[in-house]
Amino acid sequence: MTIVDTRTPDPKTFIKGATGDWEIVVGMEVHAQVLSEAKLFSGAATGFGAEPNDHVSLVDAAMPGMLPVINEHCVRQAVRTGLGLKAQINKRSVFDRKNYFYADLPQGYQISQYKDPIVGEGVVQVSVGPDRQGNYEDIEVGIERLHLEQDAGKSLHDQHPTMTYVDLNRSGVALMEIVSKPDMRSADEAKAYLTKLRSILRYLGTCDGNMDEGSLRADVNVSVRRPGGAFGTRCEIKNVNSIRFVGQAIESEARRQVEILEDGGAIDQETRLFDPAKGETRAMRSKEDAHDYRYFPDPDLLPLEFDDAFVADIEAALPELPDDKRARLMRDAGLSAYDASVLVSDKAVADYFEAVAAGRDAKQAANWVINDLLGALNKNGLSIEESPVSAERLGTVLDLLKEGTISGKIAKDLFEILWSEEGDPRAIVESRSLKQVTDTGAIEKAVDDVIAANPEKVEQAKAKPTLAGWFVGQVMKATGGKANPQAVNDLVKAKLGIE
Amino acid sequence: MTDLTALTIAEARDALRAKTFSARELTDAYLGAIDAANGALNAYVTVTPDKARAMAETSDGRLAKGEAGALEGIPLGIKDLFATEGVHTQACSHVLDKFEPRYESTVTANLWADGAVMLGKLNMDEFAMGSSNESSYYGPVVSPWRAEGSNADLVPGGSSGGSAAAVAARLCAGATATDTGGSIRQPAAFTGTVGIKPTYGRCSRWGIVAFASSLDQAGPIARDVRDAAILLKSMASTDPKDTTSVDLPVPDYEAAVGRSVKGMRIGIPKEYRVEGMPAEIEALWHQGIEWLRDAGAEIVDVSLPHTKYALPAYYIVAPAEASSNLARYDGVRYGLRVPGRDLIEMYENTRAAGFGREVKRRIMIGTYVLSAGYYDAYYLRAQKVRTLIKRDFETVFAEGVDALLTPATPSPAFGIADQEMNADPVKMYLNDVFTVTVNMAGLPGLAVPAGLSASGLPLGLQIIGRPFDEESLFATASVIEKAAGRFEPAKWW
Repeated sequence: MTIVDTRTPDPKTFIKGATGDWEIVVGMEVHAQVLSEAKLFSGAATGFGAEPNDHVSLVDAAMPGMLPVINEHCVRQAVRTGLGLKAQINKRSVFDRKNYFYADLPQGYQISQYKDPIVGEGVVQVSVGPDRQGNYEDIEVGIERLHLEQDAGKSLHDQHPTMTYVDLNRSGVALMEIVSKPDMRSADEAKAYLTKLRSILRYLGTCDGNMDEGSLRADVNVSVRRPGGAFGTRCEIKNVNSIRFVGQAIESEARRQVEILEDGGAIDQETRLFDPAKGETRAMRSKEDAHDYRYFPDPDLLPLEFDDAFVADIEAALPELPDDKRARLMRDAGLSAYDASVLVSDKAVADYFEAVAAGRDAKQAANWVINDLLGALNKNGLSIEESPVSAERLGTVLDLLKEGTISGKIAKDLFEILWSEEGDPRAIVESRSLKQVTDTGAIEKAVDDVIAANPEKVEQAKAKPTLAGWFVGQVMKATGGKANPQAVNDLVKAKLGIE
Repeated sequence: MTDLTALTIAEARDALRAKTFSARELTDAYLGAIDAANGALNAYVTVTPDKARAMAETSDGRLAKGEAGALEGIPLGIKDLFATEGVHTQACSHVLDKFEPRYESTVTANLWADGAVMLGKLNMDEFAMGSSNESSYYGPVVSPWRAEGSNADLVPGGSSGGSAAAVAARLCAGATATDTGGSIRQPAAFTGTVGIKPTYGRCSRWGIVAFASSLDQAGPIARDVRDAAILLKSMASTDPKDTTSVDLPVPDYEAAVGRSVKGMRIGIPKEYRVEGMPAEIEALWHQGIEWLRDAGAEIVDVSLPHTKYALPAYYIVAPAEASSNLARYDGVRYGLRVPGRDLIEMYENTRAAGFGREVKRRIMIGTYVLSAGYYDAYYLRAQKVRTLIKRDFETVFAEGVDALLTPATPSPAFGIADQEMNADPVKMYLNDVFTVTVNMAGLPGLAVPAGLSASGLPLGLQIIGRPFDEESLFATASVIEKAAGRFEPAKWW
């Protein structure tokens, strides 16, 4: 494979060494568990959290004479993902055996795809940022390939003083290995890429992206070089299981490599592990210890072949992906790039927003979702799925505002009430008398009262018309925020004789 | 009463339906024969008398109700490579010690569904690796055949040596076998029985302990051509659990037995006239050609130019697949476990004790040819040779040849513990020289007895057919069988 450098060195990503600037080069291999009821080559279930060895078929346990049968749903999911990555779909691919011995690998080989993967080159558009100025930078990360493979089981070394326990529930579960090109130049870019990739997978419904359950794991390849120079020797950091750790691992690994190089040393190509507690990587095995996997085509499985119609069928059912949705929100709803980016990054947020915005003012809906809802969720450490205020209820709040039933201030209060209490927004407005006062007679009386009580201010306002705002505030206060602010404003100005 | 074990499957089937005797009586006759002979022949590694009698009684019930299946009440022996639920299934290896699966192979399940009765599990070369049945953990099978004027024990061939010996010695009415490079046809030829390896994909491999997945195929060994056709009809099926099984209806093979070969074009490949081939094999081949010509077939000389590369290529592809297929026997989940200080040592101890010499040799060859740096020179090259071998056959068939006639083996059976073969494994591998091409090309091949050697030992001819044209093989074989007659060993055990 020839590596093509697609990036122009950018000083803002450089790390400072004692002898000058260094540039980080990052590529990633992401293992994404295919969202599927059944495993890749057996009918066994895939649910998370089952008792050890509950989800194991005869095939998964590699009993003598058992044969793998491809799960067509998993093939569809891989093609769907390939289409989402704007990648080449290979209508003929081959399953190979990767041979090695381990206690949690019952067959003694992993069925994977080596020379002929199901998906070839593609590309992911990544928005990196915002930086301190609030700017985003758009970069492209190339996809080298995506292939289907089996997961191994799990070895439990901490259950018995001298024995290792083996749980085969994961054995045979379908994974997509998504290999990027070495197109990332900083920890932030790598984090943004992984975030974007996860978002695409969730939009597609091909992987749940839950890193803490192991559904998404990243092997991160890191090297450093003088800016724009030849690629350095890389180290692979295995099985990093959070986006934050990906960033930490890259930063600490890059610093380690720079220190070695600046001391006149050389980087050993090796596999390393990231220790989150220490915030650093440590050696796992060197290149010399690397297995000879003896790949060869699995003779139990015919080459995987499908036609254009199979791909077209999947393509036709493809959902709108984040980039398209972002463009649509900017074009049709007039949202800013920032608002649109925030709303589409998480599919659940986008779904929430679209439910609120349906038939309503999109900009207003975006403000409420981004500032009020996401703000409150963040503050309380909740996810959008855990939001106490449903999209339907927030939509009703916006309707009440638009109808003029409540004022903007009351709307915020109503949102707070809905956050902590169950109930229909309309009923709450009714039962707690939160309705806006639009009766001009009542408002006029309140305005008259404030003017009568503050003759000095009245005089000052005549010289300085902006003081009208103070009167409006006093009237709103007196009406408990229920007066229609526009009506108050008009009346105050009329009574004070300012225009 | 006459000896019920003398009957062919076809004869027994008809007699059972006519209520001449019961399935239970037939099964008891075979169980008695096994009792009397197995000490001398070692054909069975496990006999299942209780299961056999229970199955026979169920068959009698169905026969009484007129609900008999195609093989109702017919007692069969099953090669130890087939998974049989709750019954010894070890591929005759120590590494699968005490393994009794919770599942039944598709092929045996098909047989039981048709009413067949299981007598027990048959001896074989360990993991089907061998041509003499001497690599079994349970000791060699002794052929029921002896050379004239000699008491020396001979091999029945391999790897389905137990199947061939049991059929020849009437210890079962018919047997299942498997063939990766000749393991059905070579022992059939050595024992005067009929064996057919059907087209790759005709019988499901599900539940058969794998040796070399792209070459393994199940088939029957039987006393005559008709019985082989009857058994194959029941064994073959389309199986969604084996993605290499082929979705084609199974024809009535028995109807092809006795069918005329008039107008068929039979190819005689010149490359099968190998150096050092005994004159009696050459003569047998000529005899076969004459019989077919007399029956109205057109004989044509053909060339399969890549034949000489088949054996070396086979001994790369088969061990490569085997080295990977046998990785699962690691002492972790089932079978033998020999403890060690850590995982690696446990693997080493288990596999060192569990596998025999020939299996270890092939695992090492296979591991070597798949290794980085050797893959292209060996495995990839062998696969290319395989494609060329396949093309050789396709060319000949495209020219209008319906089937090919060749010798089945380069010699009659040899002695147990043969010095030369033991000293040089390649000598043993040469037994497969006429049969491996068929596996490499995925074609059907049938071995039929055609005469006796100068020393009175059976010799067979092989008929090779187009993919899924097993019917032509049965038609052609029945001509040879009719002309040559049947061959049975004189009972000495």
